[in-house]
Amino acid sequence: MEKQYETVIGLEVHVELATKTKIFCGCSTAFGGAPNTHTCPVCTGMPGSLPVLNKQVLEYAVAVGLATNCDITRYCKFDRKNYFYPDNPQNYQISQLYLPICRNGKVEIETEKGKKYVGIHEIHMEEDAGKLVHDEWNDCSLVDYNRSGVPLIEIVSEPDMRSAEEVIAYLEKLRMTIQYLGASDCKLQEGSMRADVNLSIREVGAEEFGTRTEMKNLNSFKAIARAIEGERERQIDLLESGEKVIQETRRWDDNKGESYAMRSKEDAQDYRYFPDPDLVPIEVDEAFLDRIRERQPEFREEKMARYKEEFDIPEYDIDIITGSKRMADLFEATVALGAQPKKVSNWLMVETLRLLKENDMEPEDIRFSPEHLAALIAMADKKEINSSVAKEVFEEIFKNDVDPAKYVEEKGLKTVNDEGALRKTVEEVIANNPQSVQDYKSGKEKAIGFLVGQTMKAMKGKADPGMINKMLKELL
Amino acid sequence: MSIVSMTAVELAAAIKKHEVTVKEAVEAVLDNIEKKEDTYHCYVTVDREGALKQAEEIQKKIDDGTLNGPLAGVPVAIKDNMCTEGLLTTCSSKILYNFVPTFTSEAVLNLQKAGAVILGKTNMDEFAMGSTTETSAYGVTRNPWNPEHVPGGSSGGSAAAVAAEECFYALGSDTGGSIRQPASFCGVVGLKPTYGTVSRYGLIAYGSSLDQIGPLCKDVTDCATILETIASHDSKDSTSVERQDTDFTSALVEDVKGMKIGIPRDYFGEGLNPEVKEAVLKAAEVLKEKGAIVEEFDLSLVEYAIPTYYTIAAAEASSNLERFDGIKYGYRTEEYQGLHNMYKKSRSEGFGAEVKRRIMLGSFVLSSGYYDAYYLKALRVKALIKKAFDEAFAKYDVILGPVAPTTAPKIGESLSDPIQMYLGDIYTISINLAGLPGLSIPCGTDSKGLPIGMQLIGDCFKEKNLIRAAYTYEKARGAFVRKEEN
Amino acid sequence: MANIISDETIDYVGILAKLELSEEEKEQAKKDMGSMLDYIDKLSELDTEGVEPMSHVFHVSNVFREDVVTNGDDREAILKNAPEEKDGMFVVPRTFE
Repeated sequence: MEKQYETVIGLEVHVELATKTKIFCGCSTAFGGAPNTHTCPVCTGMPGSLPVLNKQVLEYAVAVGLATNCDITRYCKFDRKNYFYPDNPQNYQISQLYLPICRNGKVEIETEKGKKYVGIHEIHMEEDAGKLVHDEWNDCSLVDYNRSGVPLIEIVSEPDMRSAEEVIAYLEKLRMTIQYLGASDCKLQEGSMRADVNLSIREVGAEEFGTRTEMKNLNSFKAIARAIEGERERQIDLLESGEKVIQETRRWDDNKGESYAMRSKEDAQDYRYFPDPDLVPIEVDEAFLDRIRERQPEFREEKMARYKEEFDIPEYDIDIITGSKRMADLFEATVALGAQPKKVSNWLMVETLRLLKENDMEPEDIRFSPEHLAALIAMADKKEINSSVAKEVFEEIFKNDVDPAKYVEEKGLKTVNDEGALRKTVEEVIANNPQSVQDYKSGKEKAIGFLVGQTMKAMKGKADPGMINKMLKELL
Repeated sequence: MSIVSMTAVELAAAIKKHEVTVKEAVEAVLDNIEKKEDTYHCYVTVDREGALKQAEEIQKKIDDGTLNGPLAGVPVAIKDNMCTEGLLTTCSSKILYNFVPTFTSEAVLNLQKAGAVILGKTNMDEFAMGSTTETSAYGVTRNPWNPEHVPGGSSGGSAAAVAAEECFYALGSDTGGSIRQPASFCGVVGLKPTYGTVSRYGLIAYGSSLDQIGPLCKDVTDCATILETIASHDSKDSTSVERQDTDFTSALVEDVKGMKIGIPRDYFGEGLNPEVKEAVLKAAEVLKEKGAIVEEFDLSLVEYAIPTYYTIAAAEASSNLERFDGIKYGYRTEEYQGLHNMYKKSRSEGFGAEVKRRIMLGSFVLSSGYYDAYYLKALRVKALIKKAFDEAFAKYDVILGPVAPTTAPKIGESLSDPIQMYLGDIYTISINLAGLPGLSIPCGTDSKGLPIGMQLIGDCFKEKNLIRAAYTYEKARGAFVRKEEN
Repeated sequence: MANIISDETIDYVGILAKLELSEEEKEQAKKDMGSMLDYIDKLSELDTEGVEPMSHVFHVSNVFREDVVTNGDDREAILKNAPEEKDGMFVVPRTFE
């Protein structure tokens, strides 16, 4: 009989925190500067420089720990992880091994198979490395330390996941929680969220874990799912052919759909961790925890329940809107300005999602303000603009966050409510289209649509189509 | 009195009274450097032009009243492991042979704010690892009391420069005795402050949990004045301590009546040179005559301080010195195959033997399987050593003993056996482990005419006790004058 | 000497510390490290059961900075000491096989 294997997966998730400055110096964490323009003696490992902890890093780490049901370590320290690599300017990374800030947490995930908990072994704070650029032409590499010292938290799960589906549900859950906290934008593609997958297999029913491998370089959910499938198969093949799985780090090549070992004899994997003598311990007291607890936001599940109670909008809409903190904030702020929830939801669900997709953006990238969306809805409600003008204006709001009243005024897009002018135009349209008039009168109801369109065109789109329709019917 | 023979405080007073200009002082000391450097080699870098330029600017500020502190206009020498913007900083290592820092260390900035003229950078044991200044990549420094002997180390250049009057005072750093021991060998006053009193920002680290910057100078008054100037709470150094009691000159009082001084028997046993012993005990007698209550006691754990220290210091050093890799600054080997070969060759060629020895040891004690047995064990013993001092300071205001077991050895006699060399640090090392302040003051000479130092050790933040005792002793002792060399 | 340091140990520590020793230096290093470790082994005479390892000698904790940008573009200074520089970056031997 063929053996049945179970996949056992644990995740190490690195999240770049949304602080303004780096973890140990006052350099900006902003993206996109020219190489090495966001650096100083501290984050480039200059002799004599010393680190000082950014308080916001601790606050975010504790907030994430509380949101994931962790115990917060009351006396915690930073350790040095020693290894030589050019992206690591001191050749040690300041991280936490012995006393990480959070331990023993869990989060609930839901897949088609139902709900389950994934344990969180620990969360620790550390610094990110710089970036290496490969110069093929000159056969060398170039180092940019702009990202060196950007704060990270590493969330280490227990080996509680059994499928790619569960892994993705877990990552979605973390992403949502952290985005809601405002602690990170958690973008896999841009690397502000990175997952390393620890995977082993064992025969179904076995008690002991198999030997695990660690996979790196996974920058989309799809790549993660593919890598899990690929690694599972590779390990099964090894075992079936009587070989052993070697504990090692592997790099996933998503284009080729395979992984390869990242080994080197110069890579002893002996990090000689010891407490960093340049940093002092952190003592977390109850008052500090209370302050963080008070600031915790309403998380997604609570928000969904409240929306169901408060707003008459479909559950599907609630799911989409609360699926992004940015979207939910925008929704609530717009409603608070007096817009009808159903209408706000419509603008978000239809036009906003369409434009996001067209522009290859994520909800977190939305820039327009609730004031402008609320104003647009109000103008449409008052029939100051018709629906096609409203859509046109919304595109401008989406792109440039324009003030709709101003924009409509400047572009002269206001609906003409002057009945005399409209009547005159309708009369002209009737006079110039005898064939359509004939068709309508002989029972072809559709012909009126053409006449409405012609009138609209003559009015340069600034009329209320309902009113035109009514007037046409009257005159015919 | 010639200008160069003045103490720092005397010179500043003379400048203030317009008896001497800053330029005259700088020129006098530069002339002396020119005359004596060939013999003593105290400096790695002398910034002649820079010093003269600073002299002008500082003179103006003194004249217009912007600068009126007790060190304004006084030329100083800085140990070459403190970063000085625009001025070569080598740690006496080949690996930093061309390193020009882009910022100045906080302690030096504090001096500059007080109107110091930076003369240059003094020679030292490579990365402060050594007790003789012989491990420098830039040649040995010679003891101004006898050029056949070492000046001590690692701040040997700073101590020798003060003794040879090639500066008015100097900054050194002390990780296991590196200020106090050369001060003792060169017959000058040196003080290692309580850990955290002087910012380490800009000090190129050796053992981060042990390193402190402090003064090397001609007398106790200078010592208190310099310490008062360089001590500061620095938000750039997480281990910097905010102290309210840094008015150290207020302790320049000639009075030790009722002061309880403990003499650890363990510091006077086997291995201590009898001449050193006699001189230190005689100095203790002087303090007793001045009214101090002096008694012997058992400190305990003294012999465990050296293995504890070398484990911790080597471990920290192995990590601190990882950044010297030939990528961002300093020496890069000429030819290499690939990244790791470049690392290995640059470091192997750039570091000297003693530095490599400590990096190897430090990497080993932190490596997988040994961390608990060596590193953590050392941190536990450190806790016991600290406790032994806590118990002693429950009874005594000051602990008095020798600085080093001997006077300065001859050049070339110490480096062969590391353990023998490390044993020379036995009386100074535990003070760094416990974070305590320690002061070295000359208390005699041996039969060869080499100076002997007495060490005064205080509880954390009690530098004032040391200053008071040292000042009182100094007044009783009288001038400590080096016999003029030929 | 109680601690005998093998060639493998010296080679391994060399990889960790990124130091390449000549044969002669290796022999010396084996001897030095062995005698240092013998010396350090003296610590095992002490009973440290229940003693907390002490990193910092006195109580200091919670030293923070506020999350405010204080540094500007310092690139020129940062690259000033680089042995090799290109396009505002540090040049290193190829890191990718």
